[in-house]
This record gives sequence, C-alpha cells and structure tokens, in this order.
Amino acid sequence: MKLKTTIAVAVLCAATSLTPVINAPILSGAALAASQKTGPQVTSFTLDNGLQVVVIPDRRAPVVTHMVWYKAGSADEPRGASGIAHYLEHLMFKGTKTVKSGEFSAKIAAIGGQENAFTSTDYTAYFQRITPEALEEMMRLEADRMENLVLTQEKILPERDVVNEERNARTENNPGSLLREAMNAALYQNHSYGIPIIGWKHEVNALTKDDAIAFYDKFYTPNNAVLVVAGDVDAETVKVLAEKTYGKVKRRAEPGERMRTKEPEPRAARRVEMSDARVRTPSFSRSYLVPSYYSNDTNEAEAFDVLSEILGGGTTSRIYRQLVVEDKVASSAGAWYQGGSLDETQFGFYGSPRNGKTLPEVEAATDKVIAKLLKDGVTEAEVKRAQKRLVRSSIFTQDSQSTLARIYGGSMTLGSTIESIQSWPDRINEITVEDVNSVARKYLKLKRSVTGYLKPETAAHKNEG
Amino acid sequence: MKMISQKLKTTFAVVGFALSIAGTTISSAYAVDIKTVVSDKGIKALLVEDYAVPLIAVSFSFKGGSTQDAVGKEGTASLLTNLLDEGAGDLDSQAFQVALDDNGMKFSFNASQDSFSGSIQTLKSESARSFELLTLMLNNPRFDADPIERMKASRMNGLRAAETNPQAIASKTLRNALYPNHPYGRPSGGTLESMPAITKQDLETYRKNVFARDNVVIGVVGAISPDELKAMLDQVFGPMAEKANLKPVPETQVKTGETIAVDFNTPQTIITMAMPGIKREDEEFYAAYLVNYVLGGGSFSSRLYEEVREKRGLAYGVYSYLGTKDHSGVVGAGTATSTSNTEKAVEVILTEIEKMAKEGPSAEELEKAKKYIKGSYAISNLDTSGKIASVLSAIQSAGLGIDYIDRRASYLDAVTIEDAKAVAQKLLSSKPTIVTVGKTAK
Repeated sequence: MKLKTTIAVAVLCAATSLTPVINAPILSGAALAASQKTGPQVTSFTLDNGLQVVVIPDRRAPVVTHMVWYKAGSADEPRGASGIAHYLEHLMFKGTKTVKSGEFSAKIAAIGGQENAFTSTDYTAYFQRITPEALEEMMRLEADRMENLVLTQEKILPERDVVNEERNARTENNPGSLLREAMNAALYQNHSYGIPIIGWKHEVNALTKDDAIAFYDKFYTPNNAVLVVAGDVDAETVKVLAEKTYGKVKRRAEPGERMRTKEPEPRAARRVEMSDARVRTPSFSRSYLVPSYYSNDTNEAEAFDVLSEILGGGTTSRIYRQLVVEDKVASSAGAWYQGGSLDETQFGFYGSPRNGKTLPEVEAATDKVIAKLLKDGVTEAEVKRAQKRLVRSSIFTQDSQSTLARIYGGSMTLGSTIESIQSWPDRINEITVEDVNSVARKYLKLKRSVTGYLKPETAAHKNEG
Repeated sequence: MKMISQKLKTTFAVVGFALSIAGTTISSAYAVDIKTVVSDKGIKALLVEDYAVPLIAVSFSFKGGSTQDAVGKEGTASLLTNLLDEGAGDLDSQAFQVALDDNGMKFSFNASQDSFSGSIQTLKSESARSFELLTLMLNNPRFDADPIERMKASRMNGLRAAETNPQAIASKTLRNALYPNHPYGRPSGGTLESMPAITKQDLETYRKNVFARDNVVIGVVGAISPDELKAMLDQVFGPMAEKANLKPVPETQVKTGETIAVDFNTPQTIITMAMPGIKREDEEFYAAYLVNYVLGGGSFSSRLYEEVREKRGLAYGVYSYLGTKDHSGVVGAGTATSTSNTEKAVEVILTEIEKMAKEGPSAEELEKAKKYIKGSYAISNLDTSGKIASVLSAIQSAGLGIDYIDRRASYLDAVTIEDAKAVAQKLLSSKPTIVTVGKTAK
C-alpha cells in the first residue's frame, strides 16, 4: 500500500526504475517516525541567505546522501500551467552558465554515484548519493544550478516529449491512474491538489521556456530551500562546505507564505466511474477529504495514522479481515492515509472483487466496516497494537540514511522541526480510543468523499470513448 | 507487508535489469569485515557484525526457483511466497498473523526462476521470537485450505490483470519466444489454468525438495555475535533435509531473430528485445558488463539514453541489460514510446547495438564505465544492513568467495579495450528477437 500511495504523490525524473527513489518520500505515518532516542544526532542551522541545512550523521559506510528540497510543488503552479514544476525538474539537468548539459551527471557517474529528482504536490527535490570526498563538488554544482540555470529552445523541446512519454507510461497506459486523476479532480473542488502533479496533457504540451524560468525565478532561491546531508559526515564539515558553496548563492526571490485556495465544506458525495477495455479486474476505491499533519494544529493526523493501521495495516486489519478473510467478497482490500501534505489530504479505502463478486458488493462490505466503526468505535487493544506498529517502524528507518534524508527533508520542507519529527512516536503513543473515534466520526462522512469504480469495458460502453 | 512486497515485485519486474545486478556488481571501495560462521550442524553463513543500529538483517537463498514447479503447476514457488506466513505449527492463519504483528519483524519471500529467497529484519530486542517465527514459517507451514484459496484468488486477479497490462504482455511474449522448450519459458507466476491446479501437496513437495541444508546460502548483518548466529542457524535451518531434491535444468541458448508485433490498443507502445548473452561464470563476464554499461546500463549516461531520450525525446526510459541466469544468458534492450514513434525507436536502438558490435566502446567510455562500476558498489549496495546481507548471500550464490569484494576492482581493471571490443562483437552481432506491444499499423 505504501508504495501505491507514494507513486500517487511523487513524479520521478528517473530514467529507469533502478533508482532508489522508486520508494520516494512517504511523509505520513511511519515515515515521520525517523526518530528514537537511540537514533542519529540530527542538527540544523541556517545560512545568512536563508538556506536551512540539516545534517544526519550515519558513519557506518563511506556514503553520503546530498539532497536539496525546494518549497515548490505542483500545487504552487499558476493556473493553466499544470506540470511546470515537474517539467522544470527535468530541465534542471540541462546545464548552467558554466556547466554544460549532462556535465553534472557525468561527474556523478565518474565516481559511481547515483542521482535523481522528484516532484510532488508540495515540493521538488534533487539528490545525489556519493562518497564523502565528492560532497563538496556536489554542493558546488547543486548550488550553481540554484541560480544559474540556462535553458535553450533546442534543449527544452525534446525534454517536453520526454515528459509526455513519462505521462504516457504512468497514466495514459494505465486505466487505474486515469481514474485516480478523475477522483482527485472530483475530491478537490477548489484546491490545486485536484490537478495531477505531472500536469494535464493539453497544458503540458503548451508549456514554454518562459513558464519554466518564471517558476524557477519565483521559487528556486536559498531562502525557499532545505539542504539535507546524511551519512558519513559531521555537522562541522557540512557547515564549512555549505558556507563555501551555497553560502555564495544570493537570495533571488521572496516567495512568501504558501497560501493556496481552501476547500469549501464538502456538501455532496461524488462518484466517478470509468470503463476501459484494458481493465480485466475491476476495482473500488473511496477517498475522504481529511486533515493532514500540516493543515491544522490538532492531533487529528496522528489519530488518522492510528486509525489507518487499525483499518488497513496488513492482514490483521479490519478491512482485510472482513472483506478478504471473512466475507470473501474481495481478493484484496485495504485502507490508507497520506498525512504528509501541506493542505487537506485523503483517507482512502480500496478493494478488488473476488471472482464472481461485484463492485457494489465490495463497496457495501466496506461501508459495513465503516458503519460498525462509527457506531461502536475502536478498542483499546486495537489502538495499543497500532501504536506499537507505528512506533516500531521508526527504529527500522534508522538503517537507511537515504530514508532518513527523505523523511527529514520532506517534513522540514513542510514546516516540521527536528524536535517535532523526533517527538512523533510520543505523540502517537498519546492517542486515545476517543481521539480515534472522534476523527472517524467527524470526517468519514459520505459527503466528504469521492467513490471510484474502475470497470472492464462492456458492449454498452464501447461507443462512448 | 504482503501488499508491499507484492507491489515491489511488480515494479522491479518491469525492468529486467535486476537480473544482472544481484551478485554481480561488488566493489572494493572499502573493506567490509566479513566472518564465516559455521554452526554445530555444519550450516554456514557469512556475517558482518555491526552494533551501530539495534537491528539484525538476515538474507537467505535456496537454489531452484520456478524451474522446480511441476509441469502444469506453474506458479507453485510464487504462490508459496504468499503462504509461509499464513499459519504454521499450532497457529492458524489469523493467530500467526497476530504473532507476526506482535513481534514486528519485517520479512519478505521471493521466487525467481533460479532461486527461492527470503529476508528478515528484526529488532535485536525482539530477535529471539523473530527467529522462532521464521523457523515455523520455513519448516512447519500449515497450508490450510482457506488461506490457500484466498491467496490463489488474489493471484488469479493479478493474472487476469496481467492479460491486459502491456508490460506484462511484452515480457510474456518475449519469454515464450526466447525459451520455447525450456523451463525458463514457463510463466513463473503461473497461468489462469495452472494456478487453480496447485494443491497443498504441491506446495509441501516443493518446500521439501527445495528447502534443504546443502542448497542454501545465508548472509547476516547487525547486532548478533558469531555464537548467537550459530544457534540461530541450527534453529532455523537445522530442521531441514540435508540434501535438496532438485530436477535438473538443462543448459540452453536463447532462440532469436523473430519480430513479433502484438496488437494492443494503448497510446504508448512497449518495445523489448533480446539476443543470446553469457553466464555469470564466463570469463568474458566483466568485459560484457562494462560494454552493457556503455550501451544502455548507465542510467543518465549511456549511449541509448543519449540517442533515444536526450537527443530525440522518444522515451522516458530506455535500457539495455545483461541477464545472467544459472543455465542461460541474455542481452536485452527496450523502451516505451508513443505508438507513432515505434519504428523510429526500434531503429535507433538497433543502430546503437550494431554500432557497438562493430566498433565496441571507445577507450574513454571503457575507462568511465570502469570508474562507475567500481565506485557504485559501495554507494548502491553497502549502505544498509539489509542490502549488505543480500550481498553476502549473493556472493555465495554466485560462488565468488569471501574476498570477492576486495578482488572485484582488479577483475574490472583487467579488462582491456580489445577484450571489450571482442565481447561487444560476439554478443551484439546476432539478430535479436523484437517484441512490440501496441497498436499495429493496419
């Protein structure tokens, strides 16, 4: 499930799926749990030009993860220019005033390093994984492209075709992704989370060099970025190197506070259906509009993480037990929560009917689980078990410097502090049965939701397309 | 866990590249202190002790993957990966899932064509119980009727979905064309006909034949001493049969030269092609590995990337790979492009393959490839306990020796430009089998 949610948020620049970012940032639940008392000594400081720097030492192997996160994602795009955040991400590899297109990549390849970038609704990030000796050069080159990007017509047009092919691969060739786009568009009636990260096809095709440069000049500035260095480094060294490289980048813009249009109070349940000849196995999904970790100051997001474990955390969860094991109405089913977004997010359910069963049967079974939850609430034992799972996951994250870098980078880009990231397990442990019941009853209302049916094409539908 | 591991598998299956990564690229960038540990019952494991993080990672692999599925029962190994955690010993499915949940270890099982492998990660503080549960899963799975039916239903859903997934259609078509009369040509995930035919007895037979002490390699990393590891090895692997009972798999060379266009109505056409390759133990392996990197193995810096993506914007991803199986080898390439560009993309890839066959890499490209492949090992594979554990297991599967990590750079350095040119000519001169899945011109 986690992977599925992740792919929905992050659009990668990867050339192949060999890169580690296939697991890109999961900023909800488990992922925020980067901390533990036994965990790394994470420190942070800010350069004079406003660049925030986070250092996460892990001295076990001579490897460093170097990431720059910009507080700019698809939800920050001007209306009508959807996809520009992601297109710019691709164009950032096309060279600067002093560095030729491909030269940065060649330097990374020369030492066996890895690199990539990804765009989500709320941020865009670039990273390299290298040996410690190469860190300074990476910092110099990344700092250089923060202010010196040069785009030529000759470079940007083929890259727009590449983005189109990326959209073809992720979305046009995949009916499930097309339905997801339609569901997002229906769920968000006024907020730009309803627009796909990769952009609508017709708008991507009209994007220009000027669109890219305008977005770059507005958001790519040190005071709008977070630098994360994780791995075989210490904070003192990073500080010296950061001042020498990023410290020389001027403050290019004042993007200000990120104010997006707010969703109105939802009044009507929405339904989206799609039939496609490429669909063999129908699927049901439902998403509710709910708070994220950053959309309000309550503990509702923590409560939703606990609820999501109870409803959808593996084969002992309520949804899987009821639909797949007991009723045998679905061949797979679950629930998920994606808490790591700046504005209101989604709590989702999904299920695919077992052979001979139907989408309405899966939906009815899901609604039965939800109705029982709202009526009787969760149990103390369920909450305890969910808390244990969530908190324990935080210790596993310590084994991977790149996971830690993504968690800290993504969370701090959205406004978390080191302290708030590290106190996440404590906050999860404070969640009570009442907290969980209260968010379920407050938000799991049909009028806050969109329901999606993905169906095989039948003769009756054939002529619609 | 189940959801995650299945999803991951699907993702990686898209790029057949993983084949050539595991067990082949190991660098000498820095020293890893590897100990050989042999238990009282004679079970061997490689160990890297590391107490920096309170975790233990274990990776193991049995020889004999889907090639050991009985004829007509294709998908047995694959289904088994879903059923080991569905009840074992006295605990039925639900009770076992709760026990796993309480313990909290992460685990996954995977069946390839040549091996059945698994890995776990556990907190040191919970490891005693984790090892008990792993022992139960591997030695006493119950295979109760209800979970078997449930997992088959889920697999059947996946198989139905694959029928209209262009990537899956492409892989299946290519596999059938390359290996028409060989176990490698059989679908490791099973078919809509074979999956319902698999019984509890088939699963049990497979497990008994394959899970054996003479047939397993084990790598362990983390907060565990050699003595603790010895006890764990006897506990988990001790109860298994001493000798595996594997059906022999014949050596085979892929059949090539065909062009197959599968008509399928979708906007982007999948292109995949392959020709005869070499095996891991061949002397030319390192030269071939370097040549593949130059052609299409390096993600942002290969010839194919430059020609197909950078210059022409024909595709988002383009690759070539060296697929080394236990009994065959393959060199492949592929991409996905808008249907109207299909011929152009095929032509560009073929032109690059021909050019590489004729001229080989330049001296400069070869040097760059060596630098990348030497440097990338530690960066890509040695930064987490789980990855190091799988390296330790892979080194043994490939029979490379405990000092391989230190020696690897010298094997790469020994490849001369003449070696590289010779292997490029040998491997890339034949006519590949080409499969396209997309709308065909009418």
